[in-house]
Amino acid sequence: MSAQKLRIAIADDEAPARSRLRDLLEDIAGMLPLELAGEAATGRELLELVQAEPADVVLLDIRMPEMDGLEVARHLQQLEDPPHVIFTTAYDDYALKAFELHAIDYLVKPIRLRRLHDALARSRSLTRLSLDVLHSLAPEPRTHLAVQERGKVVLIPVADIRFLRAELKYVTIRTAEREFLMEESLSRLEQELAESFVRIHRSCLVARAYIEAFEKDTGDGAESRWMVCLRGIGEKLPVSRRQQHVVKEFGRNAI
Amino acid sequence: MRAESMASIDQNTQLNFLPDFRNLGVILRILVIVTLMTSVAAALKAYTLRDWLDALTVMTVLVAPVTILSLLALGIAGPALRRLDARAAVALVIAAELGICTLVIQLAYRGPFDVAPGGSARYWLFTTVATAFVLAYFNLRNRALSPAVTEARLQALQARIRPHFLFNSLNAVLSLMRAEPRRAETALEDLADLFRVLMADNRKLIPLSRELEICRQYLALEELRLGPRLKTDWRIGPGVDDALVPPLFLQPLLENAVYHGIEPSAEPGVVTLEVELRNDKLVIVLRNPYRGERRNQSGNRMALANIRERLLLHFDAEAELSTRGENGVFQATISLPYTREER
Repeated sequence: MSAQKLRIAIADDEAPARSRLRDLLEDIAGMLPLELAGEAATGRELLELVQAEPADVVLLDIRMPEMDGLEVARHLQQLEDPPHVIFTTAYDDYALKAFELHAIDYLVKPIRLRRLHDALARSRSLTRLSLDVLHSLAPEPRTHLAVQERGKVVLIPVADIRFLRAELKYVTIRTAEREFLMEESLSRLEQELAESFVRIHRSCLVARAYIEAFEKDTGDGAESRWMVCLRGIGEKLPVSRRQQHVVKEFGRNAI
Repeated sequence: MRAESMASIDQNTQLNFLPDFRNLGVILRILVIVTLMTSVAAALKAYTLRDWLDALTVMTVLVAPVTILSLLALGIAGPALRRLDARAAVALVIAAELGICTLVIQLAYRGPFDVAPGGSARYWLFTTVATAFVLAYFNLRNRALSPAVTEARLQALQARIRPHFLFNSLNAVLSLMRAEPRRAETALEDLADLFRVLMADNRKLIPLSRELEICRQYLALEELRLGPRLKTDWRIGPGVDDALVPPLFLQPLLENAVYHGIEPSAEPGVVTLEVELRNDKLVIVLRNPYRGERRNQSGNRMALANIRERLLLHFDAEAELSTRGENGVFQATISLPYTREER
């Protein structure tokens, strides 16, 4: 085990920061057997990278465009054998205190060779990150949802999602193109995404931004009910009796 | 460069407490004070509202022309007066006021109104008291604001240049050390210059060309880090280089533009800076992409409040900083009076 090289992936949006880490890793290679699995400039790239080129350790910048490091770490935990995460950051007093509290590994930029060496050397012995801790560190809503498909983790931008529907033990995620299945509770998603999604049914959340209209459905004759039409998809979704107030709020442009 | 900033320090320090009588804010303050004092004086003579209005009208016929002539005279003589010793300046101003008051009363006697029944002594007294009050007000205001200048400077020092920027820049320089030592040298020189300005006494105005140089050095450092993601478009109009501006009034805005407009996106974005002279005003417009994201805005607000405060301290009501964000573009507009060093 110890003879095996430690495979390391780097994620940082700034090219100089990546090249500095590369230099340091080259220096450390003499003391600690390691190799570079690859580099990524965004969280999405990193997820793709570690699935193609498995890594033991990820050096993950906290401040990155589109998806920050904390969210990337959450998605990484969806992998079958998630890599150990060492966060890197230039300056972020608040987050660092929380990291120490939860024994999360981090390095402060500019990173010292010694520190990087020590962090890598003990990385094998550390336990993996807990999703709950990551969630508590980054309470703001995720920008992407991660789903597993044929052994791969796929990222879906929350901004593209039309609706989320609970089905048995899964949640169906619907985008304009297709559907995905995800193992997470709808009520937890509702809490997290309350700003951009509204519940229209016990088992369904729709994206406020895509609501086009509400229609009265008198198909069955017996009882009429409201249906919501969403931009970009043909499917119409029923609004339950208990959630009728949503229709009124939409009429008042409150949605 | 050094000689230029020395000159501006000289110009800034040798003045007494008299305000800039050409400044709109100062003029407005004087008009308000004089009007209030006239109203109170009229009220002292009156028993009814009608009496008061009559007395106010009679007094205003004299006070208004005196005030306007005084503002004209002070506006013309202002720069010379401000270089005098404070006592001499006060004596001169009061003497001039009494002169103007007498002149107006004389002219009014020849006219159709009997505006000063009972002689001009009361008006002389009123003029002296009003002048002394106005000068005392500006003296107090000057004293009240001086520590504010120091305070604002210290506050600015803390608010400006995010630590995030310093450490990321140092990190970028470190990454250049091995592969491109020459670029690393330039970057450290830029960083040193930037911090020299940050640590300096920033109460004195500097020429715009100097501020623009600081901004260029700052952007060079950011480009090092962000590479092709940061694009800049500078449009500097003619004749603006020697305009006097508060130091570091533009750099924090650029820093905001990079932090909120460029860094949150993986795609390249453009920061546009336009500077031009428009009717004796220096107008600066800064634009950057803006995604309405929830990212920490407090740094942004702090920088804006800080710049507003310093503009107010230097130019009173004549300078303005406004911002708006719409259609994915954030825009900050600053307009301030065009002044330059006297040679």
